[in-house]
Parts: sequence; structure tokens; C-alpha cells
Amino acid sequence: MRRLLFFWLLSLLAVPLGAQAQPSADDDSAAIALLEALDVGSFADKAAGIEAIVQSDDERARGWLQALLDGRLQRADDGRFVVVLDNRGRDWPVEDALTGEPLGEMSRRDLDRIGINNALRNQLRSAIAVVDLYAPDLTLRRASAERLLGEVDADLAGPLAEVIEGEEDARVRQRLSQALAIHRLEQGEVAAVADLEGSLHPRVRVALARAASGDDPVLVDAARSALNGIEQMIKVNRAAETLYFGLSLGSVLVLAAIGLAITFGVMGVINMAHGELIMLGAYTTWAMQQLLPGQPGLALVLSVPAGFLVAALAGIAIERGVIQFLKGRPLETLLATFGISLILQQLVRTVISPQNRTVVSPEWMSGSIAINDALSLTLNRMVVIGFALAVFAGLMLIMRRTRLGLEVRAVTQNRAMARSMGIRATRVDILTFALGSGVAGLAGVALSQLTNVGPNLGQNYIIDSFMVVVFGGVGNLWGTLVAGLSLGVINQVLEPWAGAVLAKIIVLVFIILFIQKRPRGLFPQKGRAAEG
Amino acid sequence: MTLSHRKTLRLRPLTTALLTASLLGAGGQALAQEDPIKVGILHSLSGTMAISETVLKDTVEMLVAKQNEEGGLLGRQLEAVVVDPASNWPLFAERARELLAQHEVDVVFGNWTSVSRKAVLPVFEELNGLLFYPVQYEGEESSENVFYTGAAPNQQAIPAVNYLHDQVGVERWVLAGTDYVYPRTTNRILEAYLQEEFGVAEEDILVNYTPFGHSDWQNIVAEIRRFGSEGKKTAVVSTINGDANVPFYRELANQGIDAADIPVVAFSVGEQELTGIDTGPLVGHLAAWNYFMSVDTDANYDFIDAWIEWTGDEEAVTNDPMEAHYIGFNMWAEAVRKAGTTEVDAVKDAIIGVAVPNLTGGYAAMMPNHHITKPVLIGEVQDNGQFDIVWQTPSTVVGDAWSDYLPGSRDLIADWRAPMRCGNYNVASGSCGGSTAAEEAEAALAE
Repeated sequence: MRRLLFFWLLSLLAVPLGAQAQPSADDDSAAIALLEALDVGSFADKAAGIEAIVQSDDERARGWLQALLDGRLQRADDGRFVVVLDNRGRDWPVEDALTGEPLGEMSRRDLDRIGINNALRNQLRSAIAVVDLYAPDLTLRRASAERLLGEVDADLAGPLAEVIEGEEDARVRQRLSQALAIHRLEQGEVAAVADLEGSLHPRVRVALARAASGDDPVLVDAARSALNGIEQMIKVNRAAETLYFGLSLGSVLVLAAIGLAITFGVMGVINMAHGELIMLGAYTTWAMQQLLPGQPGLALVLSVPAGFLVAALAGIAIERGVIQFLKGRPLETLLATFGISLILQQLVRTVISPQNRTVVSPEWMSGSIAINDALSLTLNRMVVIGFALAVFAGLMLIMRRTRLGLEVRAVTQNRAMARSMGIRATRVDILTFALGSGVAGLAGVALSQLTNVGPNLGQNYIIDSFMVVVFGGVGNLWGTLVAGLSLGVINQVLEPWAGAVLAKIIVLVFIILFIQKRPRGLFPQKGRAAEG
Repeated sequence: MTLSHRKTLRLRPLTTALLTASLLGAGGQALAQEDPIKVGILHSLSGTMAISETVLKDTVEMLVAKQNEEGGLLGRQLEAVVVDPASNWPLFAERARELLAQHEVDVVFGNWTSVSRKAVLPVFEELNGLLFYPVQYEGEESSENVFYTGAAPNQQAIPAVNYLHDQVGVERWVLAGTDYVYPRTTNRILEAYLQEEFGVAEEDILVNYTPFGHSDWQNIVAEIRRFGSEGKKTAVVSTINGDANVPFYRELANQGIDAADIPVVAFSVGEQELTGIDTGPLVGHLAAWNYFMSVDTDANYDFIDAWIEWTGDEEAVTNDPMEAHYIGFNMWAEAVRKAGTTEVDAVKDAIIGVAVPNLTGGYAAMMPNHHITKPVLIGEVQDNGQFDIVWQTPSTVVGDAWSDYLPGSRDLIADWRAPMRCGNYNVASGSCGGSTAAEEAEAALAE
């Protein structure tokens, strides 16, 4: 109350002063009144204030609405309205909301945000969408058309018909006619059903479903048959979506497991620290982003070689420091590498932080591509699927086409024979382990985009990795690929009806039963190498 | 070996008491004053929960240091005793025993997960210790030795659901949670509440549980999207705990679920958790707490400044459980002053009715059921990782230990004042411990 009084006194003082200083004060006092109507306690009053701004012909209206929507329209302690340009830290750079001139930095203690809630956010978005219908920028018009679907009322129907006439872009035109058709459908117009047929958009479906449960028998029939067609298409899309989810989960499993498929599968080393090598790759991505602030995309791309190197070097250290002394003693190797995994985790906790680190997704990995209205594929997952396949192809190439690959296969199949042929088995051991570890690092780089980068990252993937390798058949890269992808798909198919917890259990039980039947996995190694 | 070890542990408090008594008799008052008051801190500094609990350890250390600067308590200095239970539930019980029996601390601030609290409960009751528990929890508990400074369900979940129903007009509900006791009990209360109070039909409630640390949210988020596109206003009530929230919110953003269409209200996501996420696409999603860092009061700004100074990190954030420790610590200090001693039974009696300022511009009072009064705030996520308060209860809400919406606990109240001194008094049968609510709740969970 006291503050209100203060502002009232202030405005008494400010108006004559302002009038002297500025010739256009008349114009601005109207604008101030508009903004003042936003700085009120109840959200209902704010909604009225927004409506007033929409009705006013002020050309700054859209800017104000956008600033309000973004939470950047604020009021300073001296009563001025400002737009905050960056709200990080304790002091924020601001500009005047009326004139747009920069006002330097203000402390957050001195600024009062004009708060909005989700209802106002909806109102603002619709208001901006209506303004943007006439925008010259095509992307704005597209967003506007997208927004107006299902929000057309009698007031908007008239102007909208005109806009559709004058619109050049086909997509905008189609969307807007659908939006208009939903309105016509609500008015009970049977012909509108034809315009909506085949659209997979949820709002269209809702509108049709509502019409199908109405009173008018003609309309009900038309809506029902349109709805049936839509439901059929949606079923197909849902199946495609589940498949995509499965492949995406599967590609994560493949990435996490493929390094292990080399160290465990090919070399036969049970490396419990494999998960922590993945973690190192993820932390490398984080470190890269710290080194290159503001360029998350570039940092991510550079993290691919860097993550590989860091994890490979760590792998070499582990191999030279511990594993080489424990050759042929799997139980001791298991315990020693488990110890290493704990050491690495605690090291990260002490040196960096026990808290998770933020890894930013670059622009080109955020959001999704809409295939149609019912199916959109998330971009980050798509990149990871591609990356997993690329890593797999690269590994296959190394194992099949290079001298290193040949030597690795020779050493693992018959160490003594290979050595007598002049192959330096120790060197091959180091390189193989480095390769497997480096690939784990690559997995970490990819996982940093999907999950938390923290000290526990590795633990979450170690069990899954062993599961995939054993299921696929130890020593077989193809097996790992097929096993990872199929486990992913099985999991995602089961999840909707069994729940996430049960789906995991079912998959685990399935693998246990499968291994009972076929102990060597999906693709067992054949020949003499498998006997040893 | 084990037996004799136990015996000495049990005998120890007795001998100490005798010793102290004889010392006091021999004019050892001056000596006793030299002794610092010991404040135990039982928070995980390693393992899964280190993410959340480390800052709470720092908070208590900061509060102890501040109290010492102001001259300590009863003319004595305070000393923090820190142990690390390493996110390992049985280890919590061992460390609690170590604090109480070995270090003989006067009070303990600690725990985060309900399962760890359940693990230390018998230890605190056996050795008669004091525990201040700072995290929102599922209720259905009131121990003589524990003070619950976090929210009970009626101080967080129920008001949040009311807000969504009354202000946002939500008609369909997704109850998504991590698979353990807090989300399961909370969701059971919420389900009963929604059906009883708002008459929500069963097909309009979707319940979903995921394991700790779940990272593949594609299917669940897609299901939420479908569930929410049936024409009725839909909201997600999330009791998803810990770092599983980061991939969950990422997936929400990537699948384009907008807060204005399907808002997610979270009970375990605070400023600390949001530091791991780019909040740009999450603007408008909600959280219900009793404190937000964005609260516009001088007490809060002072607390934030002190915290930034203590951590030396300009970007350091504060959160709700930190405020709970702030309140709990000040309440305990006030009770010690009132009782004139740190002796557990005296402090326990003195603390009921103590009121101290909270950080949101009001007062928090300790109630006879060992829960405190709190305002309930609903905040919307902003693009700078902060919450903007959009709604709050007109006055503070008294924490209810036993939910009125579960059949087993409906008739129970807790009152630790004389002469009742009972944590689960059954009003219907008029007897203490007359109900098997806890067992019933557990049996219902098991089904």
C-alpha cells in the first residue's frame, strides 16, 4: 500500500518534469499507462492489461508482449519500465522499455519482474500469433499459423479468411484453413470435416472427437468416419515411433558396449572400469565446452577426437599399470579393475565436483524434426544413432582391413603362434586395450548429450554393456550391434504396457534364459579359436 | 566380539552421565563450559546422493560458523562433526551410532532420502539423540527424536494439486515418480485426494514409476504427450527424484512439450537440480516448495550473500532443504537458549512452540507433532534457472504427520507434549499406537 502511494506521488512529480523535458510526453504517458496496467497484483488484471496493449496501436506493442512473455519486462525501483537483456548473475544489463536506449547494469535487488503464469503465457502467445499473421517474415507466419490451430474464435474467423486468401506460402495456407475448419466444425458445419480429413494433428483429432459425440447425426457420422481414418494412420505412426525409440536406445547400448566388445570380447579382459572410461569421455566434452564458451557445437565436434584420446590414454595407463600383471587371472583382474573404477569415480568427485556438470546441447541437436503431425523424431537421438553406426563401421574397418586388426585377431586366437611369427604381442595388447578404451570415450561424448555427466555416469552403463556383449556373443562385433539394437527395441516395445521397471526385469530374465540355452550368445565364435 | 562391542557402546552414555555428574558436583562447571557443543552432520559426501547432500553439509557448517561468530551458545563454542554415510543406507545407521555414542554430539542435522531416515530412526530412538531432517517427505511418521523441517505432503503435494485444479483448470493427471517409498506414498495420497475431492475418474489418472537414475524417457514422454492431447487440460505431477530429472526434462523439451500445454509440477526439482539443465525450453514448468531462491525478502538476500561468500562461488544457488536447515538450526539454538542446556530431553520439550523467522518473510513454528509451519509456494521455471513465484498460500500451513486421505492413518495424530507424548495416537480408539497404519501402508505398497 505504502509503495503504491509512493508511486502515485512519484508519478505526480514525474509527469510535469517529463512534460518539460520531452515534447512527445503525451504519447509516452499513454504508453506508461499501458505498461502500468501490467504491474498489478492479480493475474486477471494483468490479462486485461495485455488485452489493452493488444488493442492499442502502439508499434512497440509486440516488443512489450514478447518481453513480458520472456519475463524480461521489469520495473526498476525508481518506477521506470525496463527490458532486461541478460538475467544471469547479480547485475543485469537493461534498456528502457519505452525508448529502447541502454541504461547500463542494474542490481537484481532493484528490479521487480512483472510476473506471468502459464495462462497469461498462452494469452500472450496467441496475441503475438495474431500480430504475426501479417508479419513479412515467413518463419513468424508459420509459427503463428501453427499456434492458431484450435484457437480461432468468431472474432478471428473473418480476418483469418482474408489472410488465407492473400497468403503465398502453401503450408501456412493449409494450416490456417485447418484452423478455420476447426472453428467451422464447432459451429456445426458438416463441410468442415472434409477439410480436416487426414490431418494427424492432435487438436484436429480432439475437435473431431468432440463433434463425433455431438447431437447432429449427419455431423456425427462424418466426424466418425474421418476419425477412423485418422486412427488407422496414427497406429502406423506409433509403431514407427516405437521402432525409432528402440533403435535410439539400442544405439546407446551399442555405443556403450562396443568398446567392451573389444577389451572383453576380443582380448578377454574383464574390465570393470569400462564405465569410468565412458565417464572420462563425457567429462572431456564438458571440459571442451568450458574451454570454448559459447560454441557448444564446435566443442562437441572437437570432443570426439579428444574424448577418444583421453580415454585411450587412461586405458593404456590401466593396462600397463595393472592388467598386464594379472594376465590369465580373471577374478583378480575383475577385482583390480573394480577398484580402479572406484578410484576414478572418487577422483572426479574430489578434483572436479560431486555435482553433475552441465553439458550444453548445440542448436542442431535440440528439438525434433516433424515427419508429420503425429510423428516427430528427436534430433539428439538421431545424431546419436548415426554416430553409433559410424563408430561401428570404423571399428569394423580397423579390425578387418588394417594390419593392427589382423595382428589383434592373430594374438587373441593364438598368442604363442603369433609371437613366433614376429608379432609383438605386448604392443598389440596395449594398442587393442587403448582402442577399446578410446571407443568407450567416444560413447561418453555421445552420452553427454543424452544423460547426466556426473561421477556415477559409468556405473549406470557397465551392467548393460556386459549384458549386450554376452548376449551378442563374446568376441563378435556384429553380435554386439545386433544384440544392442534388438535389446533396445524389445525394451521399448515392452515399456508401454509393462512399465519401465518391469520392462528392464523382463529383458534381463529373457537374457538369462537365452544364455542358458545358448551360452555363447547370439553369434558364437566358431573354429579352434573358440575352444581356447 | 560383536557382543562385547555392543555392550560397551550401550554402557557408554551411562558412564558419561555419571562422570559428568561427578564432575559437576566437584565444581567442574568451568570445565564444562570450555567444552564445545557438538553438532553432528550426517549427509552423504560421496555416492549417488552426494549431488544433493553435499550442499546441506556446507550449509550447516556455515550456520555453525555464523553462530560461533556471534559468541556461540550458552557461552560455549559450537563444533561441527562431519561423517560421510556415502549414500549407503545401512552405513547411515552406523554413522549415526558413531555420532551419538562415540562423538556424543548434542544434535544431528542430516539425511535426504526417506530410506536413509528409516535406517537411522531406531538408532536415534535407542540412544535418545536429536535429528533435524530437512527434506520434503511422504509423512506417515512422527518420532520423538526427529524434527521434520521439510514439507509433509499437505505442505507441498496437496496445495500444488489444488493450484493446478483451481487456477489452471487441470482435469487429467499424470503421476510420475521414481520407484521408492516417497513417490509411491505421495502418489497414493494424491490419487485418493483427486478422486475424493475433485471426483477425477480413474481413466483420467495415469500413474508411472521409473527406476532411480532412469535415463531413457522417450517412451514415457511420448505417452504423456498422447495422454495430454485428448482435449482435456492435462498436468504432470512429478515425484521423480535425483538426477533422472535432467534427461526427463531434456526429453520433454526435445519432444516439444510446452509448459503452457502440459505443465509439469515437480516436488523434487529445485534450483540445485536445474543447474544441470538448459532451462530455456522449460520455462513455465512448475515446482512446489516452501522456499525459492528468488523470494524477494532481505532475509533471503542476506542468506544468499552469506552463502556465496561461504562457498566462494558467484554462481552458487540456494534451495528449499537449505532453508529447512536454516530454520531447524535456529529453532534448535533457540530451544537450547530457552532450556539453558543442550540436554536432549530438555531441548525436546523446549523446542515445541519455538518460532523463528524463515527466509520468505514469515515465521516458522515447531508444532507438537514435530513438524513445522511453512508457507507453500508455486514457482514457474525461468530461463535463468530460477523460479518465479506465481502463487502462494495466504498463510503458513501446519505440517500433518498422518495423511487424512489414507485409510490407515486418517484417525492418527501426533503430540509429543506431556501428557500425551505419542507419535501415533488413534483418535477413534483413544489409544497410543492403536493403529497399524505403517504396516498397512507398507502392505499396500507391496501389492
